[in-house]
Amino acid sequence: MSNNTDPINENEAQGNENTRRAFFKKFGLIGAVAATGGAAIYSGYRYEESKPDRDLVKVLTADNRLVEVPRDQVKDVKVDLTRLQKLGREGLKGHRWVMVIDLAKCRNARQCVAACQNAHHLRPYEYHINTLVMQESKSTAPYYMPKTCQHCDNPPCVAVCPVDATFKRQDGIVLIDNERCIGCRFCIAACPYSARMFHWEEPLMAEEDKGKVYNIELNVPQRKGTISKCLFSSDRLREGKLPYCVSACPNGVYYFGDENQDAVTNGTTKETHRLSELLRVNGGYHLMPELGTKPRVYYLPPKNRLFEFVDPREQNKNQEKV
Amino acid sequence: MSSEINTGFLKDKRLDTIAADILRPVGITQGFLVWMAFLSISLAGCIYAYYIQCDKGLIVTGLRDYVSWGMYIANFVFFVATSLVGMLISSVLGMIGFKWVKPIARIAEIIAVAFAAIAGLVIVSDMGRPERLPYVFMYGRIQSPILWDVTVVTTYLVLSTLLYFIPLIPDLAISKGRIGHTPKWLQSTYETLSVKWDHTPKQYQILLKLVRILLILIIPTAFAIHTVTSWLFAVTTRPGWDSTIFGPYFLTGAFVAGSAAVVIMMYFVRTNYKLEKYLTDYHFDMMGKLIVLVSIVYLYFNINEFLIPAYKLKTAEAIHLQELFVGEHAFLFWTVQLSGLILPIILLLFKFFRKPFPIFIIGTVMLIASWFKRLLIVVPTQENPFLPRQFVPDAWMVYQPTIVETAITMGTILMAVMIITVLVKFFPVIPIWEVAEEECHTNNDQPKV
Repeated sequence: MSNNTDPINENEAQGNENTRRAFFKKFGLIGAVAATGGAAIYSGYRYEESKPDRDLVKVLTADNRLVEVPRDQVKDVKVDLTRLQKLGREGLKGHRWVMVIDLAKCRNARQCVAACQNAHHLRPYEYHINTLVMQESKSTAPYYMPKTCQHCDNPPCVAVCPVDATFKRQDGIVLIDNERCIGCRFCIAACPYSARMFHWEEPLMAEEDKGKVYNIELNVPQRKGTISKCLFSSDRLREGKLPYCVSACPNGVYYFGDENQDAVTNGTTKETHRLSELLRVNGGYHLMPELGTKPRVYYLPPKNRLFEFVDPREQNKNQEKV
Repeated sequence: MSSEINTGFLKDKRLDTIAADILRPVGITQGFLVWMAFLSISLAGCIYAYYIQCDKGLIVTGLRDYVSWGMYIANFVFFVATSLVGMLISSVLGMIGFKWVKPIARIAEIIAVAFAAIAGLVIVSDMGRPERLPYVFMYGRIQSPILWDVTVVTTYLVLSTLLYFIPLIPDLAISKGRIGHTPKWLQSTYETLSVKWDHTPKQYQILLKLVRILLILIIPTAFAIHTVTSWLFAVTTRPGWDSTIFGPYFLTGAFVAGSAAVVIMMYFVRTNYKLEKYLTDYHFDMMGKLIVLVSIVYLYFNINEFLIPAYKLKTAEAIHLQELFVGEHAFLFWTVQLSGLILPIILLLFKFFRKPFPIFIIGTVMLIASWFKRLLIVVPTQENPFLPRQFVPDAWMVYQPTIVETAITMGTILMAVMIITVLVKFFPVIPIWEVAEEECHTNNDQPKV
C-alpha cells in the first residue's frame, strides 16, 4: 500500500510546483497588459481633452433633471423584453387598483370602447371593454352597462391556466402574457363575465407592429392564437395616467383609483372622491357576487337617469328598414 | 385471472388449430394495402386542412369568442371516453372472473391504445399555438386541470400499451414458426418482440403477476382520465357544466361509447377474418347485456343531470335547458338521447337484437350518437353565457363547424382507425394462448369434476 501512495504524493508536489510557476507567468502577463492599457487610456484621454468643445444635446433624465450629453454619445435605449416582462409581472407596488362604473351616467357613447381598441390595436368587434344593453326582467328598466375584465381577486381564469400565462399581480390587475399563452382557451371557458377575447386570425395591426418589443402591460403587439383581455391600462398606470377608457368617456361614467388610498378619480371631471363614500352613498355593488370571484370593478346602480334610453340594436334595425 | 397456469395446452393439438385460425388473416394482403392507401390519402387531405389552420389561425374553424370550444374538444372527450373500455373489459370484468371476455380483451385493449394515443393529438388540434406544447411541461401549473389531464392520459396510454403488449408476448412466441405466409420483416419483428419467450411455467407465473398488477393499476387511472376530463368543464361556473355529478356522468357515458366501439370492432374482425368460432353469438349476446347494463347506469345519470336543474329552473340553467329541450339543439338532443340510449336499452332486451348483425348496427348508431352527445355537452353551454352577447358579428352567435374543422376531426378518427388496422393485421387479434389454455384446461378438467 505504502509503495502505491508515494508516486501520488510526488505527482501532487510536481503539480504544486507547476501552479506556482504558472502563477508567476500569469502575474507578469497581467502586469504588462495593465501597463499598456493604462498608457493607451491616458493618451486617449489627452486626445479627447485637446479636442474643441463638442456638440452637446440636452436630455431629460428619468428623475426629471435636464443634462447635457455629447451628441455622439447618445444611444437609443433598447427596450428589453426580459425587463418589460419582469416589471409587468411584478406590478406597481403599494397600489390596489379599483374601477367604479356609474351606470346612471352611461349613455352608450362607446368612446371607451373606441379608445381601448385604438390603444390595443383591436378590430371594432374585438373587445376588452364592451357596452352591453341590460334588462333584468321585462318589468324593469333597461340600461347600458360597460363591461371590462373584473380583475377578480379570486380569478377563475388564473386558476385554470396551465402555463401561468395569465396571472394576478400584487396591484390587483390580472394580465395575460402572450409570449407564454398556448391558446387552449380554458380561461375563456372559466370566465363568467365573458371578458376575454381570442385572436382567431392575424391581429389587426400585425404588419405595423412587426418587430416591436412586446409590452405585456399594453399587450401589443397582439399575437395570433393567443388570448387578449382588458389590462386596466397598466401601461398608463405606470406613467401615472388614467386608463384609456376612463379618460375617453364624455359622460363621467368611470372612476378609477387606488383602494389603498381609498380614492378614485372621475375620468371626465377629474374630480377625486373617497371610494368608500362613493360606494356607500350610491349603493355600489359587484357583478354576480354569488360566484365568489371578488371583482375589483364596482357598479353604481342606473338610477335618476336624465336621458332617454335607446336600444342601439333596435336603432340599427330601424335604419336598415329605412 | 389466477397466477397459476397449466402449460399443458402447449402440447395439445388444439393449439395448432386455434393458432392456424387466428394467424390466417395476419400479414399483408391486397385488401389491407387498398384500405391503408385509402386511409392514407384521406389523411393527407386532413393534414392539409391542419396546415391551413396553422397558417391562417383558428379563424378557419367555426369557433369564436363565445363558443370557443367546439368540435375539437367534443372529439377529445369522445376519444378519452372510448378508450376507457379497455379498463372495463380487461380489468373489471376479467378480474371478476368472467371467462367470456378473454377472446375480446385484446380487441378492447387495441381500442384503448388507439384512442388514448390519438387523444393527445386531438387536444393539440385545438391549441392556438401548438408549437408551444412544451410550455405545458416547462411552465406547468399544478392548479390547472389540464396538467392533471396530461398526466393521467399519458399514464393510461402507457398502462394500456403494456396491457396490450405483455399478454401478446406468449402469442408472438407461439406464432413465430407459424407465420410463414407473412413477409420476412414481420417474422423478425415477432422474433424480437417475443423477447426469447420459451413458455416455462416460471415465465407464465411472472407474466400473470405483472398483468394482474397492471389490471389493478389501470382501474384508478381510467377513472381518473375521464373524471379529470369532465372537470375541464365542471370546474367552471357555467350553467350546464357547473355540476357535481360530471365525473360519474362522463365515466358511465364512456362505458356506453366504448362498449359500442368494441361491438363494432368485434363484428368487423369476426366477419372479415372468419373468426366466427372464437367470437361467437354468445360473445355478442353477452356484450349486448353489458351494453344494457352500462346504458341503464348512464341513463340514471342523465336523468339526474337534466331533471334536477329542470325542476328548479334557475335563470341561467333554465335558458340552457330550454335550448336543449325545445330550442336550437332540441332535435339533436332528443335524437341522441333516443337513438344512443333509450332505444338501445329497449331493443337489446330482446335476444334477437343481441345477434351479431343487429347489435353491430345498434352499436354503430350508439357510437355516432355518443360523439354528438359530447358536442351537446360542450357547445350549447357556451352559447348561453351569463352576460348577453352583443355588438359582435352575427356569425359569432351560433357555432357553425367548418369544412376545415370537420376534416381535421376526421383526420384524428382516421389515425385511430389506422392504428387499429395495423395492430389487427400484424398481430393476432385474439389471444391464442389464453383461448387455447381455456379450451384445453376446461375440457381436461371437466371429466374430473
